[in-house]
Amino acid sequence: MSYILVFAPLFGFLTTIFFGKLLGDRLSQILTSSLVLISSLISFYYFYGFVFNNYQPFKHLIFNWVTSEELVLNWSIYIDQLTSIMLVIINFISLLVHIYSIEYMNHDNSKPRFMSYLSLFTFAMIMLVSADNFLQLFFGWEGVGLASYLLIGFWYNKDSANKAAIKAFIVNRVGDFGLAIGIFLIYKYFGSLNYSDVFENINSLSSYKINILNINGNLLSFITFFLFIGAMGKSAQIFLHTWLPDAMEGPTPVSALIHAATMVTAGIFLVVRCSPLFENSVIILNFITIIGASTALYAATVALVQNDIKRVIAYSTCSQLGYMFVATGLGAYHIAIFHLFTHAFFKALLFLGAGSVIHSLSDEQDMRKMGGLWKKIPFTYVFMIIGTLAITGFPFLSGYYSKDAIIEATYYSQNKYAGYAVFTCVFTAILTSIYSWRLIIKTFHGNFQNSNLNFDNIKDSGLCIFIPLFVLAIGALFCGMVFRDVLVGDNYINYWKNSIFYSEIYSLKHPPIWFIVLTPLLSTLAIPLSIYLFLKNKKIINDLKTRHEPLYKFLLNKWYFDEFYSFLLVNPIKKIGNYLWQIGDVFIIDGFGPNGFAKITRFFSNQAVKFQSGYLYHYAFVMLIFLSIFLTIVLI
Amino acid sequence: MNLPILSILIFLPLIGVFFLIFTKGSEEFIIKTSFRVSLITSVLTFFISIFLWINFDSSTTSFQFVQEKKWIKDFINYKVGIDGISLVFILLTTLIVPICIISTINSVKLRIKEFLISLLLMETLMLGVFCSLDLFIFFLFFEAGLIPMFIIIGIWGGEKRVYSAFKFFLYTLFGSVFMLIAIIFIFYEYGTLDVTKLLILDIDKNYQNYLWLGFFASFAVKTPMWPFHTWLPDAHVEAPTSGSVILAAILLKMAGYGFIRFSIGLFPHACLYFAPLIFILSIIAIIYTSLVALMQKDMKKLIAYSSVAHMGFVTLGIFVFNGNGLAGSIFQMFSHGIISAALFLCVGVVYDRMHSRKILDYGGIVNKMPKFSALFLIFILASIGLPGTSGFIGEFLILLGVFKYNYFVALLAALGVILSACYGLWLYKRVVFGKITNSKINDLVDLNNKELLVLTSLVLLTLILGIYPNIILDTVSVSTDNIIYIFNEKTNIKMTFND
Repeated sequence: MSYILVFAPLFGFLTTIFFGKLLGDRLSQILTSSLVLISSLISFYYFYGFVFNNYQPFKHLIFNWVTSEELVLNWSIYIDQLTSIMLVIINFISLLVHIYSIEYMNHDNSKPRFMSYLSLFTFAMIMLVSADNFLQLFFGWEGVGLASYLLIGFWYNKDSANKAAIKAFIVNRVGDFGLAIGIFLIYKYFGSLNYSDVFENINSLSSYKINILNINGNLLSFITFFLFIGAMGKSAQIFLHTWLPDAMEGPTPVSALIHAATMVTAGIFLVVRCSPLFENSVIILNFITIIGASTALYAATVALVQNDIKRVIAYSTCSQLGYMFVATGLGAYHIAIFHLFTHAFFKALLFLGAGSVIHSLSDEQDMRKMGGLWKKIPFTYVFMIIGTLAITGFPFLSGYYSKDAIIEATYYSQNKYAGYAVFTCVFTAILTSIYSWRLIIKTFHGNFQNSNLNFDNIKDSGLCIFIPLFVLAIGALFCGMVFRDVLVGDNYINYWKNSIFYSEIYSLKHPPIWFIVLTPLLSTLAIPLSIYLFLKNKKIINDLKTRHEPLYKFLLNKWYFDEFYSFLLVNPIKKIGNYLWQIGDVFIIDGFGPNGFAKITRFFSNQAVKFQSGYLYHYAFVMLIFLSIFLTIVLI
Repeated sequence: MNLPILSILIFLPLIGVFFLIFTKGSEEFIIKTSFRVSLITSVLTFFISIFLWINFDSSTTSFQFVQEKKWIKDFINYKVGIDGISLVFILLTTLIVPICIISTINSVKLRIKEFLISLLLMETLMLGVFCSLDLFIFFLFFEAGLIPMFIIIGIWGGEKRVYSAFKFFLYTLFGSVFMLIAIIFIFYEYGTLDVTKLLILDIDKNYQNYLWLGFFASFAVKTPMWPFHTWLPDAHVEAPTSGSVILAAILLKMAGYGFIRFSIGLFPHACLYFAPLIFILSIIAIIYTSLVALMQKDMKKLIAYSSVAHMGFVTLGIFVFNGNGLAGSIFQMFSHGIISAALFLCVGVVYDRMHSRKILDYGGIVNKMPKFSALFLIFILASIGLPGTSGFIGEFLILLGVFKYNYFVALLAALGVILSACYGLWLYKRVVFGKITNSKINDLVDLNNKELLVLTSLVLLTLILGIYPNIILDTVSVSTDNIIYIFNEKTNIKMTFND
């Protein structure tokens, strides 16, 4: 059964990519969707088994992959509690996105190709989470990167989409570079890349010191540092986040599936999967906390001023991923996964809702050209409200349980930087509320601002868009409440068992009441505040904008990260490349090498030619000179 | 079995050449028959190599199918035999040549018979290189391979073909002089050129360094290593498509093979001594040429520079002296043989239609050639080492091996992986994606059946090797382990953690 789970999406990909034309649009859509449906049913079955029937983790060997010296790696399917919940998220959201795409892409000419890429992505993601060794994880890791590259650049005639696709791939490659180094380190010292071999031998190496580039340090700290670089790339953490907002060039279903619910959470998955390694290096856990908290704050500040509806949600994703990393940094891995789980629902809902708005407005994404839409697309409006309530942590919705669990975890943590984490997490929660409501207000309230579209012709989307939104809304409303006890309740260990390693039993102490109430209260209070600021009295915002223009520009331009990188890296690299080519290869190597050689030969042959002047006295003169030299040498 | 199967393998293409020479008749008849004859010979050769592979015993370290004949008394023996490493390269050669012949149909218009003669001649010589177990025979095959290539570039090349051909000739000749001197010295000092005898011999430490340098001069030019690489881009740019394919896929691999068989086998102490030099040159090759590749305006030049970078990985892997690195290098060479061949074929496909190699003249061809674009993408991805393709396994094993040896080198080499993604994807974007700006592109037609057949089979090969690399790794593992074992015995060092 697990084979079907893994290979059904691959089969869907191969069939539609090769026979898409033959099958026709409708049939390819049905085929890929139903195959993913099968996968998601199986993953629900496994999840159910792990929750209620006390399943044991199991492993299927597919076949041997690489054998070289003592390196033996297999293609295999390994499913434990952690994998099973990831499988549920991946397959279920993927299924909904498949269905959604049927309608969303109905004006596109290459539907089979789109569906096949979605299936390819699903397959790669499943391979990533069901690996039993680091190399298969890496295969899935780069595989999802490839699918992301293909889908961002799906509209290949758009130059910006192509650029964004390349950027995503290359920034991810930087992260993958880190991940690969981590993997090499593991192989060098553990002599194996299988999870079980590595995790069982940690104790023998936990205090091993090594020196890399003159930096002394604990082996495990180095390993986890490099692994985390990989996670930062994939999960768009600060410094390596620049690709995610640009990735919004792709079709919206893609953004929902890849750039919100699943692929970007691979980094969290990696850290949680390697919890035995991370638990042994406190420094890196602190580092993760700082990076996570900073990303959460950074992305929220940028989201405040963006005008593209998808970019706001993209930054919000970035920010929520920051929360998840904070949780892992504090050692609360199960809470991170729980937030990942709820986030998948409400963020996919927000993206697909935004997609529905964009679809209704004939591909308009700029919020400045929206407004007052709630009358025209009421269903989308309701779903977006649910999503927004969930993300802002409105009491008893899914985001409330998971985000508050993280914030509560920061309160009691022993982590050195927990104070910083508490502050940023609470503050970010307020910002989250403000930018999320700003999005709702700008899109759905106020006056319609777009002169190119006739307001009366705007229609809400059809059934294939409605159903996924509806299902996700149910998830955003209730999944926190339903799964809280199983995943992060007092007996959370009954579910997770050995799939997560805790160096000390993580006890869920509850902070004082005022602290528990603080965040939901503040973020709820932010609702009337945003209504006032963005709807009733826009003057204040405009005043702020003009009075603090540098700050506004700073935020609008995303803290100038892109400009900084292109100044520091992209342009110099191009210059160096040109320089090495023109000066290094053409001038120096060729100039002094073959061309110079040829020149010298020509020079000497020219000289030699001059000797043959044809005058007898020249020859006689030369003979005389050499004769005298010869005689001198012989006589002496 | 007493059948001299290796000799049959080596000289079968020559029989094809013989037939070709005596083909006479109307022009059309000549073209048709010469294609048929050469295709049949090369495919037969391929079948023989498959037969070899099936009968090859991959559990023993000794050379197999050995055959020996006295040629010049007490001086040169004609001796051939193979181990797992040779076998892999033989397979690569016999696989690529038929593909070259098929692709010639589109790319060469003049003197087709003579072109095919040169190709088959090359095949014989290259097979000879990988089979020979006598240094002098090796040298003969190795250097003679230069002549057909020189002719291919010089006659069927582009505008600056004469300059490129001479540059190629000058460079390679320069290297071989030193190797010849080294070989003659070995003969006078040890009285034999039999490789099997030399491999168990401990060559005097004092001589090793000089002899190593002699061989290095030749191999470094052919690999090519930085800074002896500038002939390669020029040669590629001017060579016709099938010439480029054979140059990138097989000719470059002869040097890598030479490093493994002779430098490591004969001069282990010198190898250790010079390893840092190799590392520096390889790292420069990887980073420097990747950066240069990034800025190229000519597709073929870009791929040529990327070849230099990929071969940089190969030399790195060879000189870390462990099983992973060595097996990785061999795998990388095999995989690069397929991928670079495919990339040059892809360039050839669009060149035949557009008669331009300038990247700027392209853009948006996906609209007209979707099948081509899909296949091209897979090769680009394989070339930048995406897991699941053969390009990944080679680079991965090499870096694994290098990492065991030295962190710093491995970190720098791994940077090359990022850079390769940059130039690869950027090339693809500029050629395939975007709006159509050049009106000529509107008239493009997608792949014909022959091109589709060739490229699809290469894609399949790339993917199969990426998913099940043990096909190759199993064949070479005993031989590589043996080489490492002997190396460690001779140098008396145990590889340990170094930090």
